Amino acid sequence: MTRIGVIVFPGSNCDRDTMHAITLAGAEPVELWHEHADLQGVAGIILPGGFAYGDYLRAGVIARFSPVMRSVAAFAAEGGLVLGICNGFQVLAEAGLVPGALLRNRGLRFLGRDVHIAVEQADSQFTSLTGPRRPLRLPIAHGEGCYFADPAMLDQLEANNQVLFRYVRADGSVAGDADDPANPNGSMRAIAGVRNAAGNVAGLMPHPERASEALLGSDDGFAIVRSFVESAAASVGAGDRGGVLVR
Amino acid sequence: MTLMDATAQAPSTTPLHVALGLTDEELDGIRDRLGRDPNDVELAMFSVMWSEHCSYKSSKPLLRTLPTAGEGVVAGPGENAGVISIGDGLAVAFKIESHNHPSAVEPYQGAATGVGGILRDIFTMGARPIAVLDALRFGDPADARTRHLVDGIVRGVGGYGNCVGVPTVGGELVFDPSYTGNPLVNVMAIGILEERFLTLAQAPGPGNLVVLFGSATGRDGIGGASVLASATFTHDDPSKRPSVQVGDPFSEKLLIEASLELIERGLVEGLQDLGAGGITCATSETADRSGTGMLVDLDAIPRREPGMEPFEVLISESQERMLAVIRPDREAAVRAVCERWGLPCEVIGRVTAAPDIRVIAGGLIDDATADGGQVPAPEAWELARIPARALTSDAIVHNRIAAPPQRRREAPAPGAPAAASGTLPERGMDPGAVLLALLGSANLASRRPVFEQYDSTVQVNTVTGPGHGAAVLRVKGTAKGLVASTDANASVGAIDPWLGAVLSVAEATRNVAITGARPLGVTNCLNFGDPTRPEAFWQLSEAVRGLGDACLALGLPVTGGNVSLYNESPTGAILPTPEIGVVGLLDDVTTAVGPAFVADGDTILLMGSAMPGLAGSEYARLGGLTMDDDAPTIDLGAEKRLQACIREGIARGLVASAQDVSGGGLAVALAEGAMWSGLGAQTRIAVAHSPAVDLFGESPTRIVVTTRPRHAAAFELLARDHGLPIEQLGPVGGSRLVVELIGSGATGASEARGSRVADPIDLPLAELEHAWNHGLARALDWEAPAAAPEGR
Repeated sequence: MTRIGVIVFPGSNCDRDTMHAITLAGAEPVELWHEHADLQGVAGIILPGGFAYGDYLRAGVIARFSPVMRSVAAFAAEGGLVLGICNGFQVLAEAGLVPGALLRNRGLRFLGRDVHIAVEQADSQFTSLTGPRRPLRLPIAHGEGCYFADPAMLDQLEANNQVLFRYVRADGSVAGDADDPANPNGSMRAIAGVRNAAGNVAGLMPHPERASEALLGSDDGFAIVRSFVESAAASVGAGDRGGVLVR
Repeated sequence: MTLMDATAQAPSTTPLHVALGLTDEELDGIRDRLGRDPNDVELAMFSVMWSEHCSYKSSKPLLRTLPTAGEGVVAGPGENAGVISIGDGLAVAFKIESHNHPSAVEPYQGAATGVGGILRDIFTMGARPIAVLDALRFGDPADARTRHLVDGIVRGVGGYGNCVGVPTVGGELVFDPSYTGNPLVNVMAIGILEERFLTLAQAPGPGNLVVLFGSATGRDGIGGASVLASATFTHDDPSKRPSVQVGDPFSEKLLIEASLELIERGLVEGLQDLGAGGITCATSETADRSGTGMLVDLDAIPRREPGMEPFEVLISESQERMLAVIRPDREAAVRAVCERWGLPCEVIGRVTAAPDIRVIAGGLIDDATADGGQVPAPEAWELARIPARALTSDAIVHNRIAAPPQRRREAPAPGAPAAASGTLPERGMDPGAVLLALLGSANLASRRPVFEQYDSTVQVNTVTGPGHGAAVLRVKGTAKGLVASTDANASVGAIDPWLGAVLSVAEATRNVAITGARPLGVTNCLNFGDPTRPEAFWQLSEAVRGLGDACLALGLPVTGGNVSLYNESPTGAILPTPEIGVVGLLDDVTTAVGPAFVADGDTILLMGSAMPGLAGSEYARLGGLTMDDDAPTIDLGAEKRLQACIREGIARGLVASAQDVSGGGLAVALAEGAMWSGLGAQTRIAVAHSPAVDLFGESPTRIVVTTRPRHAAAFELLARDHGLPIEQLGPVGGSRLVVELIGSGATGASEARGSRVADPIDLPLAELEHAWNHGLARALDWEAPAAAPEGR
């Protein structure tokens, strides 16, 4: 069974939810404690949502210095598959493993609601099973989710196909930058998720693990979880992590 | 800080016990129990433990009358939370508690620590908190101070709950001028535990170690229970600020994980959180429950700052602390768990056979022959020695005087608005316009601008979150679901506090029942005025009587709760507000029925019949109508049959949707079913009383049900079998809400049967939605809300 690591920082609060979704996807979740550098040979790593170390200073700013993050950086550098969700995205951005930064929401309030996102790169290792193009409905729950990068970097991200997810309206049209309710936090170019240049590290603000069962209102996110698990399994099966994952 | 400093700048001539909030009678009671005069430290300990907040000294004689036994009750009142078995070896723990006065003084921290405190009550029992519901009440939303309080309190609830990762799934938000100087912050928490891990707040086994873990003890929250919670106050008094605790949700999250790990590994004999009364309360309550005492080493208690006086350490209400009683051979294992979660952990004393709380400064030394295994060091001295029960179970009880108000109905002043009579407020007013005004009113409009500031989906259990009736949560690992609702009918309570409490219980249980769930038990937060005022105490005693009557009639146990008195400000007392929290169980969560219409062509039925009376309704509030005695009554027998009937109908698969008739009456219930589904309705209502009563009256024991057309007859038969009136109103369908009124003689002899007695309601759904979506933001002058995505 594919083993997927879930980092647990003090203050992580979506770790159990993420492990639950991984189990539903047929993989074995492995808790990776923030103080331990040993990644226990997992095939892929998810950084879950929450408030790592309380996030009193700025989201993710302390977590990036934890022992486990050194191992995550090394794992990523070797081409290992890493996904950050919500606070996990913030930690990856602080650690420089994905481009850009997450600023406070446009309205300066925490926002918990369902949003629609479009999959911009349907063949990525994080989205390969998301199916025909249509908006996915996923919950967000964050206070610092406004994606920011300077225009040159944004152009570069677009050119490199590094924008994975964008906030869209229910009809699938891309949300505007400012004052469009479909872009809930004011993210630049409505970016909801990005990946690194190599394509093996990604982060997004919406919560796919919370949209993994129809009983809870949407299972649109489960395709993202399953894509991740399948890609991680393939990377192990290939035996050569870097060769498989780096495009 | 000296003890006198802690007493809010009382004049220096005031005796210390009075400055601490104790009466001469209470000082005599302390002397009786000690057989001597208390010293200053002991007096400080008594002052917090004998506060209304900790001792329930005014309400205890009333609360004893409540029914507490029920099927599956594992723990009831007196424990940190009620616990009821739900099968599969699992149980649900739940409780509601107030944090009103701290929130009035410092809205963000007051509300945040209110969430923190009730969560600790849940995980102290060994349960993982899975949901929070917050019932908030404020003054006029146009008032600048109200807006400040709403903003801070909502941010505080969210700031804490979002960070600890417990979803806020429901609650209430009510505006009434009576809460202007004294907002209500009542927070209910729900947890799930394996029954074998049930943990009690006890201190058995002399010689066992008393361990304090979590945050260090500081000077925050000194006298929170006595100064803030147990006296009438003026909200702007900055001297009260140090009495408000400061919350740290990150520490709470660690405390949850560490506490549950300690429990699941069988390392603790007893566990108690530190809330009101701090170390004094936790030590004396746990010891008293086990008939033991404690030898407390004051010097061992970790402090946040140097120079703290002994009394400050003993009564500080610093947050995020836990007291555990453990066997000596488990000390290393307990320390290891706390260390893993980064939490300080110190042994601060021993359990003794002698049933006294003894506080020692200067250290303890081992002595295997001594009671508890330790004795004070030679140079140590005793700061306090109080029988544990004197602080808790044998605390003073007051038999307050209750007296109904002299005149319950004031004659209207010349030119005053008319009393609510059975008619629409102005001749010629369009019922559709009234409906739109109600939907857009601060009390009935969508709560989305508030609940979007909460994380309602973390923990992946939320089947139905805030906004559409009762919250529904699945129970992982089972097919089951839990359903929860909080409700209080304060405006009727102001007219008749017995009836207000009965209606509150009826509504909260009905909201649970209409999902198909069986209510398990009731928790309550009784928010009332100064109990030394006979009228306020009468309100309290009538409400408790109503609570008991309703729970007995519906066959439900009261498993715990909280009493908050002195809810008064210079502008007067709050409406008597018995906030009721109910948790129900669904055997199969996928069968849960919601309030939104389901399909075009379904048949809309009204079960139950309207009773006259508009007082206390949102319609009366909107019309500026004065309260009078004209509130609708309730037949509890019919209520019980109604709830049984809807559950049976749902179990038999006859029901597509169900919504109870409450705030705003039948018209609002129909509008909600339509708006929340995007499906219109074509209905006709026979006017039994008057258009206003039938459309907008809030008489209880009514449910709007929709069924597939082929099930309508079967459901009608079922209702009649339960002795309940039922009528078909028309079909679901279209994009408009149409409500035609059919006269039946009640509004005047001139109308022939079948003729219209008022204009029909005929409105496009978009217009209803616009009013409903924007009402709250407009009332609070917040930024216009974003359009809600479909679905949740």
